[in-house]
Amino acid sequence: MADCLHCGLPIPSDSSGGKEFCCAGCEAAYGMVQGLGLESYYQRRCIDPDVRPMRPEAEETVFDFSSYVKTEEDGTASLHLMIEGMQCAACVWLIESVLARQEGVIHARINMTTRRLVLKWHPEKSDAEKLVGIIGQLGYKAAPFDPLVLGAETKAYEKNLLISMAVAGFAAGNVMLFSVSVWAGYFQGMGPATRELMHWLSALITLPAVAYGGMPFYRSAITALKSRRTNMDVPISLAVLLASGMSLFETIRGGEHVYFDSAITLLFFLLVGRYLDSRARGRARSMGEHLLALSATAVSVLNDDGSRSVIPPSKVKPGMRVLVSAGERISVDGKIIDGTSDIDTQLINGESIPAVAKPDTTVFAGTMNLTSPVTIIVTAVGEDTLLAEILRLMEAAEEGRARYVAIADRVSALYAPVVHGLALIAFVGWWLFVGAPWQQALMVAVAVLIITCPCALALAVPAVQVVASGRFLRRGILLKSGTALERLAEVDYVVFDKTGTLTMGKAELSKQNEITNDDVALAASMALASKHPLSRALVQAAGNNAIATKGVEEVPGAGLLLKTELGEIRLGRRDWCGVENNIPASGPELWLVRPNFPPLQFTFVDRLRPDGAEVIKNLQQMGLGVELLSGDREETVAMVAKELNIKTWNAGLSPTDKTTRLAKLAGKGHRVLMVGDGINDAPALAGAHASLSPSSAADISQTAADIVYQGDRLSPVIEILDVARMADRLIKQNFALSFIYNASTIPLAMLGMVTPLIAAIAMSSSSLVVIGNSLRLGWQQNKRD
Amino acid sequence: MDVLIYLIPIALVLGAIALAGFLWALKSGQFEDMEGSANRILFDDDAPKQNDEKNDDTGKR
Repeated sequence: MADCLHCGLPIPSDSSGGKEFCCAGCEAAYGMVQGLGLESYYQRRCIDPDVRPMRPEAEETVFDFSSYVKTEEDGTASLHLMIEGMQCAACVWLIESVLARQEGVIHARINMTTRRLVLKWHPEKSDAEKLVGIIGQLGYKAAPFDPLVLGAETKAYEKNLLISMAVAGFAAGNVMLFSVSVWAGYFQGMGPATRELMHWLSALITLPAVAYGGMPFYRSAITALKSRRTNMDVPISLAVLLASGMSLFETIRGGEHVYFDSAITLLFFLLVGRYLDSRARGRARSMGEHLLALSATAVSVLNDDGSRSVIPPSKVKPGMRVLVSAGERISVDGKIIDGTSDIDTQLINGESIPAVAKPDTTVFAGTMNLTSPVTIIVTAVGEDTLLAEILRLMEAAEEGRARYVAIADRVSALYAPVVHGLALIAFVGWWLFVGAPWQQALMVAVAVLIITCPCALALAVPAVQVVASGRFLRRGILLKSGTALERLAEVDYVVFDKTGTLTMGKAELSKQNEITNDDVALAASMALASKHPLSRALVQAAGNNAIATKGVEEVPGAGLLLKTELGEIRLGRRDWCGVENNIPASGPELWLVRPNFPPLQFTFVDRLRPDGAEVIKNLQQMGLGVELLSGDREETVAMVAKELNIKTWNAGLSPTDKTTRLAKLAGKGHRVLMVGDGINDAPALAGAHASLSPSSAADISQTAADIVYQGDRLSPVIEILDVARMADRLIKQNFALSFIYNASTIPLAMLGMVTPLIAAIAMSSSSLVVIGNSLRLGWQQNKRD
Repeated sequence: MDVLIYLIPIALVLGAIALAGFLWALKSGQFEDMEGSANRILFDDDAPKQNDEKNDDTGKR
């Protein structure tokens, strides 16, 4: 079968786009690209199978972006959009080129790293709807966002780190120039005058650089000290400041040994580590935000004059009428006033069969409207919604986790007093007992502080974190929290949610003998007209045998109707089809009734994730307790638990029940890992010792989870636990390495045998050893691939 | 060793120029999209035409 010229997907036999295209949308997109003279795009691009195919959406919703559009001082309008579906750099070029050729567009530029588009245009010549529509026609998905809300803080922090790093790097390089000269002078005989000049120049460069470049550390150290804690930044700040101060004093005195190079190089290395760490997590976070923004739906409100406008959910007020089209997620709590449809409440309560919704039915934010458009009158917003209730539960649950102290801070709480105590002993010992002048005694004490090298210690955790997040990112696993790896490594009990976590979260046609392929093909051809999950399951089961049929009518809450010459064909609910059969169905079902044939029942199952059983078995072999907590009905949960060999399970739980259960487990001394996707899981995710969530999860759950993983399989759970345990081992090894190093150099320093040259060599070698050890986490993966 | 009088200032000035250059590049946003910049050079043959009247505005980017 040939592939579509535009989107690259196989062309179905009954394509509406002719022989070269899979659909009319692709044909139109190809025509537009060619019309603008940009057809070289098709030679340049390479299609990435992991990315959403660039097939234009058939139905176009007209959005009003006015609340996102900003008017600049010079009268131009600007809009920030997230783009989904970009395959490679050629797509960036295509979107920019097509937009730049539109009338009125001043500026269209995509940031390929963050996949965000900045668009500027003359408001009198064009409008946002038209321009965003063009992106949609090409086959990409665009979602507006507010740049001030997303990651502005992290960006400022990172930029600050980068500037500090540049300053420290510049100073370190130049100071090294003088230091190497001085070291060479030890052996070749440098006159004291030249040496002093070198020292003064080093001081001139180092002092301002230390004052400026060390700010991130000083700030964090002061914050920690103010709240009567210590963290890694306290010994770092102290070592840097004392070394610089003492060296300045020695320079003034005309002494032989100064440590400017050690102070500034230490700062530079630490800033590099800090920056890489922040960037690795920042990238995971920005990808997470990207996914969320794309799924976040703006609300289309029906105004009193009958016009529609699209506003962000935060601006909706009670009493407004909100239109929710078929296939759209409902983002407010309210009551249906017009229309009948099926509502998928899976993310709220784990129920896998959609419920019928008629006027006067109450619907909740987070549910999905499936079959037909409805109008909802908003009853509650903000604080009063079910969502807000869940948020409150989450906040309460999160408090426990906030008390967790990162391993680096625990180590530094032990390390700082010991090191500072040793330095004090050295000072007192040399001054009082050896009888050295106090300047020399202080110099020995500073040498102790420098040689104990917070450098290797401070790099021990970030170096492993950077390698781990890089490894995760390549597998589509987003590590969001800095202490998640440490907490994951301690986990001894895993709690799963059922729907959407252990199962695929969507119905699939179960195999039955009495149904022939022709039956499925007929039903699927009708089902093409509907977005109901059962219809979609039928279409999927039929594959290419489903042929779009004209005249299919959808009766919301009931089923599909096709009038033929022989009579009516009905596909839908049991009672609506008029089937007299009282055997209750074990799961979701559809009936097909047609003239001259007996009624036919299609049953559906929510299939388990393909590797579910294997993953559970692996977890049990790893010695972890496994438990299933679900909001679904008891029979369904029992069946899943039996199939996966999970011995402990609970069904019909509310969000509060889940957190209570977790608290009980924690009370027994278990460190619980929660894996879940629903809104009803969010409080449990926030309250567990560590938490994972698939990328298909509700946005609130993704926010609550430490790690978000992508894909249909459950195996990332094992991969994440493996990496976390290995990272934990490496971090501990790193600490051990720096302690061994300290144990061998501290005696030298206390005996006053350390010179700046020895300090520099010892410091860089220990840092390199720690970094090298951390890199093993990345190498391991290459072997396995 | 008189040569140091020239060499040290030269070394420092060269370093400072590099630092200033980096800070300028950072401030003007050249480090915001490393991936995009790496790929953009492959597509510069027919860069998108910008509207003439607003060249002053786009020139800054």
